[in-house]
Amino acid sequence: MALLTGRREALAGWGQAVRSVAEVIDVDTVDADTVAAAVRGAGSRGAIARGLGRSYGDPAQNAGGRVLACAGTRTAGAIVLDAVAGTATVSAGVSIADLLEVIVPQGWFVPVTPGTRFVTIGGAIASDIHGKNHHQSDDFGGSFGNHVTSLRLVLADASVVDVGPDRDPELFWATVGGMGLTGVIVSATFRLIPIETAKMAVDTYRIGDLDELMARMSDTEATMRYSVAWLDLLAAGRHLGRGVLTNGEHATRTQVGGSADPLAYQARQLVGVPRVVPPAGVINGLTVRAFNELWYRKAPRCREAELQSIPAYFHPLDLVRDWNRVYGKRGFLQYQFLVPHGEEATLRTVIEQISAARVPTFLTVLKRFGPGNPAPLSFPTGGWTLAIDVATTYRELAPLLRRLDALVLDAGGRHYLAKDCHMSPDALRRGYPRLDEWRAVRDRVDPSGVWASDQSRRLGLTD
Amino acid sequence: MENALQEAQTIVLFGGTSDIGRAMVAELLTPSARTLVLACRRPGEARPDEFAQDGLDVVAIAFDAADTTAHEGVVKQLVEQYGDLDVAVIAFGQLGEQADYDADPAAAAALVNVNMGGAVSTATAVAQQMKTQGHGHLGIVGSVAGDRTRPANYTYGATKAGLDAFGQGLADAMLAHGVTVTMIRPGFVHSKMTEGRKAQPFATTPDVVGRQAVAGMRSGKHTVYTPGLLRYVFTTLRHLPRWVWRRMPFD
Repeated sequence: MALLTGRREALAGWGQAVRSVAEVIDVDTVDADTVAAAVRGAGSRGAIARGLGRSYGDPAQNAGGRVLACAGTRTAGAIVLDAVAGTATVSAGVSIADLLEVIVPQGWFVPVTPGTRFVTIGGAIASDIHGKNHHQSDDFGGSFGNHVTSLRLVLADASVVDVGPDRDPELFWATVGGMGLTGVIVSATFRLIPIETAKMAVDTYRIGDLDELMARMSDTEATMRYSVAWLDLLAAGRHLGRGVLTNGEHATRTQVGGSADPLAYQARQLVGVPRVVPPAGVINGLTVRAFNELWYRKAPRCREAELQSIPAYFHPLDLVRDWNRVYGKRGFLQYQFLVPHGEEATLRTVIEQISAARVPTFLTVLKRFGPGNPAPLSFPTGGWTLAIDVATTYRELAPLLRRLDALVLDAGGRHYLAKDCHMSPDALRRGYPRLDEWRAVRDRVDPSGVWASDQSRRLGLTD
Repeated sequence: MENALQEAQTIVLFGGTSDIGRAMVAELLTPSARTLVLACRRPGEARPDEFAQDGLDVVAIAFDAADTTAHEGVVKQLVEQYGDLDVAVIAFGQLGEQADYDADPAAAAALVNVNMGGAVSTATAVAQQMKTQGHGHLGIVGSVAGDRTRPANYTYGATKAGLDAFGQGLADAMLAHGVTVTMIRPGFVHSKMTEGRKAQPFATTPDVVGRQAVAGMRSGKHTVYTPGLLRYVFTTLRHLPRWVWRRMPFD
């Protein structure tokens, strides 16, 4: 077989903060053989799979090594829908955006979607992504891995294996949330959920302070399939943690009325961020304060059963292409952590500290998690998660994040690897007590350490 | 690997007792640092405890700037032991007296061998390693004395001019490989090296140089004058007619 050669390219995560150069090879995940060939040719600095590069930090780059660019698969056979079983078998390079275009008109939806539809299925599994429905305990909740029935993996020795919850479950669960460090996922079969319409019925509530917001989230969640809150962390005092809670359900046919085609689905990107953004970005205390005030005020105090499109409800940020550029040349990071139930006081302290530091942050998202799954490196587990975006150039960010790290870890919490670009090896060990269990599986399937990423080196994940 | 806040995990200082180098290390160190290597001729004088902090391994190793054949091996050994080099600073150098170099041509050549030859071989070994690893920052301490050599120290000035020319080319060659190279051009710095000498205009301290040099490295600059004003001063001085320049009251 001919040796594959790639191109030298500087890669960064969505946050654009850390860049490194690797040999990038385009592979088509529909064809496991090309993936295996690319793995065979990896040198001493190993290889890692990359999807659409939506991870904020450095897990999908591999300085000095090989990166297998998996996204963009549209080959015939990349999406196979089994309407009887209610499952889809999807090539790992397919994005949720592409998948929705195929399945929504046929009355199906993905079991879990993050805040952007531009993630690949492979990335969704490797990060074990969660969405607004994690709190649901039945088949309609949890993280993406909960819904996967089988996975096809290319291992370090270029062999191809199928794994699932009932077939080498150790390797399956080490791959779910395993950040690509057990092998390249080339395809997956997972359960879909049936929908009657392509619309969402959304309840929106503007809530003036944190305690009430959290109480409302705890109360309404049992009945609402999707639930998430946006917080204004620049508000202080009695407005601390004010926010907008949106609960949603897939709308029924009755709710949408006599629309011509209730399953018609169109997802568009309206605008992009121009390339001429100043190097320092346009995010500062003033612009963010104005944005937050506007966002908060524009939300209704209470509006129920409003019909919204799927993109408007799930993927509002996708309307703006390349929105990450507004942070300028030095980029930004997303700090996402969770604290377990019972540690609400810690969450409050964290929010107070962020608010007191006047960190210019919009897009602060609060979500309540249900129980976790068996994957040792999966992020979600029962508790509360908060995600804040902040420009890396913000002064005093480093000491603030260290204080927050200590609070989170002391409370038994952890940080999300798909967002991480700042954790320490120690924070990894403390946040993920089952790390050694994961490493044992990894040592079994990759004894010579082929899989490597900037993140795995930084965190000593595979040491 | 560096994190999103540009906090390095592995830092190497060549010229481990250099005041400027140590001031740069003090700026580079954050709680993310895991390994700091102080490479110098007499490791016993490296005072590693000055940089002691939780979770940081500070090691002093023997490194002779004049022994250019050994430099590649030193770098390889470091990588074997500590993994990727996130940041390296080359800060060694000698000044000496122009009169002594005038009296001993071999001493003049030896100065070139340390200040330029040793720095070039070290920088080459480090840069090639960083190219292989696909990331890294290299800071090289030059001098404004290299911007235009002057009668009082043209041998020293020439070593720094040569090093600077090398560093500028290296920076451009490395850019596509994820490696940034920053040439630092300090003015007169009150340090061990300049002890007992008359301060020149715009004299500064190692701390100021350390802060400005590291800020420049972090923002990806190729050339950092420190103090910053010297950029304009030397841009002017470079264009003075020679008859004016050689009569300038520097010593």
